[in-house]
Amino acid sequence: MSEARIAVHVDKVDKIFTSRKAGEVHALSDVSLDVAAGEFVSLIGPSGCGKSTLMRLVADLDSITSGEITVFGKTPEQARKDQDYGIAFQQAGLLPWRSVRANIELPLEIHGWEARDKKERSDELLELIGLADFADHRPDQLSGGMKQRVAIARSLAERPRLLLMDEPFGALDEITREHMQNELVALCQETGAAVIFVTHSIPEAVFLSDRVVVMSPRPGRITEIIDVKLGERGEDLREAAAFYDGVTAVRTALHGETPAGARGVENR
Amino acid sequence: MSKRASGVLWGIAGIVAALGLWEGYKWLGPDDGVMIGDLIVLPRTTDIAMPHTWDVVARLFEPVTRAEGADVLWWAVLQAAAFSLGIAALGWLIGVTFGLALALLMQRWITAESAVLPWVVLSQTVPLIAIAPLVKRWGSEITIGSFQWENWMSVAVIASYLAFFPVAVSALRGLKSPEAADVDLFTAYSASWWTTLLKLRLPSSVPYLMPSLRLAAANAVVGTVVAEVSIGLGGGIGRMIIEFAATASGDPAKTYAPILGAVLIGLVSAGLVALIGVGLRRYMRGEVPA
Repeated sequence: MSEARIAVHVDKVDKIFTSRKAGEVHALSDVSLDVAAGEFVSLIGPSGCGKSTLMRLVADLDSITSGEITVFGKTPEQARKDQDYGIAFQQAGLLPWRSVRANIELPLEIHGWEARDKKERSDELLELIGLADFADHRPDQLSGGMKQRVAIARSLAERPRLLLMDEPFGALDEITREHMQNELVALCQETGAAVIFVTHSIPEAVFLSDRVVVMSPRPGRITEIIDVKLGERGEDLREAAAFYDGVTAVRTALHGETPAGARGVENR
Repeated sequence: MSKRASGVLWGIAGIVAALGLWEGYKWLGPDDGVMIGDLIVLPRTTDIAMPHTWDVVARLFEPVTRAEGADVLWWAVLQAAAFSLGIAALGWLIGVTFGLALALLMQRWITAESAVLPWVVLSQTVPLIAIAPLVKRWGSEITIGSFQWENWMSVAVIASYLAFFPVAVSALRGLKSPEAADVDLFTAYSASWWTTLLKLRLPSSVPYLMPSLRLAAANAVVGTVVAEVSIGLGGGIGRMIIEFAATASGDPAKTYAPILGAVLIGLVSAGLVALIGVGLRRYMRGEVPA
C-alpha cells in the first residue's frame, strides 16, 4: 500500500490507563492495523476488548502509551486539528436547544463557515438523510433512528475522508438498525470515505465491512482480521450464503480464541 | 378552564385561605393565647397582637403619622420598597456576576475548584450581622477622588454576599453537566475552551442556573432588609419595619404595612427573574432543582 492510499496506520500501539481506583489497566496491547482510503473496517469484540479505545486513539480523544498512529500521514492531533475525520457516537448527542439544521451546522459554525455555505451544505445533508422536512424540528421531536441520522449527517458535514463511528446503531431497534445500515452503505459509496466502525453485532460488522477486525480483552488485542468480500451490498445480501459464511467466520474467530470472553457479543 | 385561569384561581384561594386562618383563629382563639401550662404556644388574639386584616388594609390609606403634611402610609411603604428593591437588584447583579465568575474559574481549573469551593461554602456560615459592620467600616476607608463610599453601597455588597452563593454552586454544576460524549465531540472539532463554553457549557447550564437566580433574588432581598437594619441605613423597608414596630402597642395595624412592602419586593423580584426565564426558555429542558 502506498502512503497516499493509507487512511489510518496503527503500529504496535499500547494503551495503559492508570487510575487511582483500578490501578493500571492494559487496554490495548501491541495493536497494528492499516486502514486503506475508502475502506470500511469494523472493530468487533466483547466489552473491554479496547475497540472503542482504539477508535478514540485514532480520534486523538485519548493519547497512546507507546507505538505510533498516523492519520493520513499526520499525527492524530494534527489530523484532529485539520478536521480530517468525522465522528459519531452511540448516543446521537444532539444539542437539544438547537434545531436539526443547527445541529448539522454545528461543526461548520465552529470552523467559521459563511452563512450561505452553511445553509447550502446543511440543505444537501438534510436531503441526503431524508430529513429535509424536519430541518426546523428540535431533537426531542425526533425518533431514535432520525436522531442518529442527524448525528451521521453532522459527522459528514465537512466531507471528511475518514469516518469514526462508535456503535452508532447500538441503541436502535433491529428494524431501524438494518435500515440505517443500508443507508450507511449508500452514504459511504457516495462519499468514498474510509470508515472505522466499532460494533458488537456480528451481522452488522459482516454486512457493512470490507474487513472485520476481531479483538479480545485483557489485554485488548487483535486476534484475527477477516476479509469479507461480499461485493454489492443490498437487501438480498442479508439472505445470501456468502453473508452467512462471513458471520460464521467472525463468530468462530470470536469464540475460538476466548470462548468465555465472547459472551458480550450479540449474535443476532 | 384553561391552565392559567385555574392557576390564578388557586392563587387567590391560597390568599383567601391564609386570611381566613388569621381571622378564624382571632375569632375562635382565647384572648390570652393558647396555653399549655405556663407556655403560650399560640399567640394572643387581642387587637394589639393580631389586628383585623381589614384594619391592616384600611391603615394603608391613612397618613403615616398625625403630623401635618404626612404622606399616606401605602405611598411611604411603596417608596421604601422601591428603595430597597433598587439596592437588592444591584446586590443581585453583583452577586450573580461574581458567582458566575467563580463558577467559570472553578470549571476551568480543577485546582481552583478544590481551593475555592470550601471557602465559598464557608462564607455562608458567617452570620450576616457579623459582617455588616465590617463592610461598613472597610467601605468608609475607601475614597477615590471624589468617590465616597456610602452606606447603601455596603447594603448592596452584603446583599450580593448572600446572592452569589447559590449561583456559584449551581452554575458550577451546570457548566459540568454536559455529557462526556458531548465534550468529546467539541474536542474532535478542536473547539477552543471559549467556543465550548459558549456553545455547549453555558446553554447546558441554564436549567441549573434558573432556580439559583431565583434563590439569589430572594437572598438579595433578605440580605438588603437585614443589612439595612444592622448598618442603620434609613429610607428602606428594613428600617421602616424597626421604626413601626416601636409603635406597635399604639398602632398595631401599622406594623404590618412594611411587611407587606417586603412581600411586594419579593414578588416583584421573583417576577423579574421569571422574565429572564422566558427569554431563555429554549434552553430549559426540565428544571434541575438547586
